[in-house]
Amino acid sequence: MKLRDLAVVRAEIDKCMKCGNCQSVCPIYFETKKELGVARGKLTLAQAALEGELPVTPAFAERLSLCLTCNACVANCPSGVRFDRILLAARAAAVKACGLPPVKKVIFAGLSHPIVFRAGLRSGRLLQPLIFKRHPRKRANYPRFPLGLDRRRIVPPLAVRTLREELAEVNPPSDPVLNRVPNQVSNQAGQAANLTPDRAASRPARPRMRVAFFTGCMINYIYTETGRAVVNVLNRNGIEVVLPSEQHCCGIPVFVSGDMGTARAMAASNVRIFAGAQIDAIITACATCGEAWRHHYPELLEGAEEAEQARELGKKHYDISEFLVDVIGITREPGLAGAISSMGSTGTVGSTGTVGPTTGKVTYHDPCHLNRGLGINRAPREILRAIPGVEFREMANPGRCCGGSGSFSLSYYDLSMDIAAHKVADIQKTGAETVVTGCPACRMQIEDALNRHQMPQRVLHTVELLEMAFEPLHDESRGIQEPRTSAFHRFLLR
Amino acid sequence: MLSKAVVTELVSICGRERVLTEPEDLIGYSFDATAALPRRRPEAVVLPVSTEEVVQVVKLAGRRRIPIYPRGSGTNLSGGTIPLEGGIVLVTTMMNSILEVDAENLTATVQPGVIVQTLNDAVASYGLIYPPDPGTVATATMGGTVAECSGGLRGLKYGVTKHYVMGLEVVLADGNVLRAGGKTVKNVTGYDLVKLFTGSEGTLGIITGITVKLIPAPEHRRTMMAVFDDLDRAAKTISEIISHKVIPATLEILDRVTIQAVEEHARIGLPTEAEAILLIEVDGIREVVEKEAAVVLEVCRRQGAASIRAAETDAERDELWAARRAALPALAQLKPTMVLEDATVPRSKIPEMIRGLNDIASKYRLKIGTFGHAGDGNLHPTILTDVSDEEEMARVERAVDEIFTLALQLGGTLSGEHGIGMAKAKYLEQEFGPAGVEVMARIKHALDPLGLLNPGKIFPPAQGKILSQGEAGVKEQTPAAREGLG
Repeated sequence: MKLRDLAVVRAEIDKCMKCGNCQSVCPIYFETKKELGVARGKLTLAQAALEGELPVTPAFAERLSLCLTCNACVANCPSGVRFDRILLAARAAAVKACGLPPVKKVIFAGLSHPIVFRAGLRSGRLLQPLIFKRHPRKRANYPRFPLGLDRRRIVPPLAVRTLREELAEVNPPSDPVLNRVPNQVSNQAGQAANLTPDRAASRPARPRMRVAFFTGCMINYIYTETGRAVVNVLNRNGIEVVLPSEQHCCGIPVFVSGDMGTARAMAASNVRIFAGAQIDAIITACATCGEAWRHHYPELLEGAEEAEQARELGKKHYDISEFLVDVIGITREPGLAGAISSMGSTGTVGSTGTVGPTTGKVTYHDPCHLNRGLGINRAPREILRAIPGVEFREMANPGRCCGGSGSFSLSYYDLSMDIAAHKVADIQKTGAETVVTGCPACRMQIEDALNRHQMPQRVLHTVELLEMAFEPLHDESRGIQEPRTSAFHRFLLR
Repeated sequence: MLSKAVVTELVSICGRERVLTEPEDLIGYSFDATAALPRRRPEAVVLPVSTEEVVQVVKLAGRRRIPIYPRGSGTNLSGGTIPLEGGIVLVTTMMNSILEVDAENLTATVQPGVIVQTLNDAVASYGLIYPPDPGTVATATMGGTVAECSGGLRGLKYGVTKHYVMGLEVVLADGNVLRAGGKTVKNVTGYDLVKLFTGSEGTLGIITGITVKLIPAPEHRRTMMAVFDDLDRAAKTISEIISHKVIPATLEILDRVTIQAVEEHARIGLPTEAEAILLIEVDGIREVVEKEAAVVLEVCRRQGAASIRAAETDAERDELWAARRAALPALAQLKPTMVLEDATVPRSKIPEMIRGLNDIASKYRLKIGTFGHAGDGNLHPTILTDVSDEEEMARVERAVDEIFTLALQLGGTLSGEHGIGMAKAKYLEQEFGPAGVEVMARIKHALDPLGLLNPGKIFPPAQGKILSQGEAGVKEQTPAAREGLG
């Protein structure tokens, strides 16, 4: 039947008792106060379509696009309705009935063909100075003309060299990416397993583990420093990091738009690329990519040739914060924990006066897909609390969606910023100087929102702040403020 | 469909963004939280932001003879917001400002779209609370809870919405704005119009401003749970607690069907062989609370409770509350359709009521879970059924008839807190008698002579016909025909 996608979630739809409890947590309903903003309204729309009361039209698709997929409704539903599944099924039904909007069609075609995608972004980074105007202080750009982006919006620039161009495919632990062992942290920090020259010299010939790093697009093309931090921190812990060069977009933007065919093909391709590697774990540092590996790939590929591999890889998946805390044991073993705390206690670092980046007030934003999606919220906080000099300040409602949600912020920029304004206010109340989060998509949104509210806070990935604790000497050259750009780019970006 | 001219006029009143006419948007206002009612789409939805806009919309509706259905968050359980005859749904969710918190006079004045919890959060910093505590406290609007006179979990000690509404601003059917009551504790000037509009279910006027009474927040509370193997002992415990001069803020009961459903759904370790669980919370001044808690525990022991727990921490309190919170959703999972009633009896009749409900369940071969506010006699017999099973639905209907008859026989009422709406309209006369219904009909006719405010609610369908006959068959006109009027 025509609405097969919806029919499979009929039981889920029927579970809803229309109590409306989702209204109390939906960031969109909070702003719009309209029933179609919230899960109950959209669910009833899907139900009406399923029962033949309304046809599936572009208007139907548009109503279903008004969702952040933050899953706050799912977490709060007294009947346990998986609205996320209903939404995806309804979006899939809409794509089948009316196709994708033209812009998405072009973008998804690009995303699903890694060569085209890479070529596109390669020319993008060369052309971006012509299209974007540099922000006077931040590493960020304003669009010079609309091009589908709101002109008040700042976007981070595409990296001149992508992460996977910058790094080798195999990064053994003896060769930290930045190759800077802070040798001042030496004698007094004798316990610091991974930092002292002694221990460095006696590093095991064979790494204690070998992991694959699935970078995701935003880390590969934009926030390359996050990727370097992941590799660096893992290397410091004696772990070899492989970055399979053929890896490509996780496909979730395609998946959440309802283009299941393309999403499935992309999932299968990534699974095949990683299935061959001899690895102990797959690491992600993007919440959405993480969900892809752990939840969506095994489900999407059910019954496919790659089903078994997808399940196996799903079990091997770890978010970087989770891996550091639960596998390496950031607080339990002397390894990382020892390294960090001894740095703080020795005074060696302090005496060099370069501990700057890891001191100060830090707050943490829970990415929806990490917190509710993967259930990871303790590990990042444990990392932050383990870093000496960091004064961790919990914000009110840290799990409230920042309003970014990928292409949602393109389609509904004003609404997205209204939602982000609550996050900005919560950040402001903490008095924090640094906002840490576990997902590059949230980071981009929060950076933009903070800029619009003229707030000075910087935004970092959890693993970057941790890396700074390892690298107290190099914060000034780390280029948080300064992008790695050529003279030509700097000229153009002026 | 409304004519273009009407839509244009609505847009000129509220602006394009706050007038919805696309079917995809209208679907969202075709239902509320009431189970087993068919969806009915309105012809337009408006979301005014001011009393003036409400006045304009009401005047337009009057001129054009278009029915108008006020709606807050749409979380009611009586079908009260369903637009039976199409027309305009007027949503108050965007009128959501807290206009004033007057800590000196212990009042707050709000627009109708303010969420009950939001008001409570706002007055918390003054050390005050707004006590009415419906299950929908985090979603329901003040306007909706006043129009429905919502009750909740603290009714026994603190009363219900009508005990806290001191003043109202109401847009009448003719577009005039009425202000009644105010901030004074004492006020016997004229008829008590505030009480008249409280609980009027949107049939007499549209509430656009509300002044409520606040009270100091209780400084301390104790939460206890007692499990009983015998229903009569649980019921006896309820009356014994009160005859020992303890009035708990909360005194809730869960029957065996509900306990089993909750355990099935939430796995929180409830004793599934128990006949009843009582959840009891006392609050107030610390010393008093401790004393009262001791009395409650002693009564439970003396009545032979199989087990008793008292929460020592907030986390333990949450654990005890978990069972009660899960009751409704758990029951909802057992069968596709859940018919939730709120027939209410004097507290002393609770055991008879529960036994009667069990008899009705076995007589009609139905699964009925009963839970609710035992302390104030407000039970929620919940029939679990399947709306697609016609034969069973016929039995459900007969069972519901008997439940109401039973409640009235025991000196109770059809509805403790959900209101009549469309779901219980046909039983109205059974409680009120012809004279009572006649008085209400006259009030309705005096305030809404065209019958345009939330038509089809409270009054039984036959009564509705009589009401509109006085207006030269306005109701008989098709939507297209009524466009010609005005």
